[in-house]
Amino acid sequence: MKVKVIVTLKNGVLDPQGKAIQQTLNGMGFPNVESVRQGKYFDVEVNEKNEDKAKSKVEEMCKNLLANLVIEDFKIL
Amino acid sequence: MKSSVIIFPGSNCDRDMDVALKKFGFQNKMIWHNDNNLPQSDLIVLPGGFSYGDYLRCGSIAGKSKIINSVKEFAKSGGLVLGICNGFQILTETGLLPGVLQQNKNIEFICKNVFIKINNKENKYFNNIDKEILELHIAHNEGNYFCTNDELKKLQDNNQIAVSYCDEKGNCDDAINPNGAIKNIAGIFNENKNILGMMPHPERMIDKHLSGEDGSIFFKNLLNNLKK
Repeated sequence: MKVKVIVTLKNGVLDPQGKAIQQTLNGMGFPNVESVRQGKYFDVEVNEKNEDKAKSKVEEMCKNLLANLVIEDFKIL
Repeated sequence: MKSSVIIFPGSNCDRDMDVALKKFGFQNKMIWHNDNNLPQSDLIVLPGGFSYGDYLRCGSIAGKSKIINSVKEFAKSGGLVLGICNGFQILTETGLLPGVLQQNKNIEFICKNVFIKINNKENKYFNNIDKEILELHIAHNEGNYFCTNDELKKLQDNNQIAVSYCDEKGNCDDAINPNGAIKNIAGIFNENKNILGMMPHPERMIDKHLSGEDGSIFFKNLLNNLKK
């Protein structure tokens, strides 16, 4: 089954790319954009039919590789 | 003294490091990341570059390569592990050093000479070095060191902040901070001071005609300390 993961920067961690995107959007005529935070999205195809088992494997993957828990949080959708 | 430089796909400072180590008297071997075993070494170097194209996060994929288990064992037994630039990023991703190297605050790749202040000489890397400030080269997009407040306190309490960005006179302030690193951190040790990760490249400063010689001072001093 396919497991979807979103990795985002923790609150308070500087996101220079997000900041640059926000400033560009402001300059493009979207003055009401106050903040942009950039993240990552993963589609992980796991050979496992049981949803709980698949998600628990992906959780392990997130903790060990997909996210760096010093600065990032992950969410399994 | 024997050294080993680990090569990952995308490393590009491995040969410069090889030249530098040999120039100052190390017997150096180049080791492929997919090997299981390290040769007997007094120093392991993780070189700079863009291992695995910086995919996912800088150093994250290299940090899971086969050879890293041997590097971890070597480090845990007290062996000296030096990570330069991408090597520093790999050390944080493996958990051998705390914190993380984020994108530079100004979102620019920075390539220039910088001054760094040596904060702690009670270790094999800087013991007896007759300088307080070194001029070295940096070239990175992700050198903005970050860690939690708790980690920072630990680093400070245990004298683990090895080198900090400073000006020519040794003043470390925000104005000379090239990349936004917390407390101007350019390099850190682990608790036992046998692992050193730093963004500046000593291997690029080993020729007075091409660059400068503060890297030479670093390597000569390291070799002397290892011989003791």
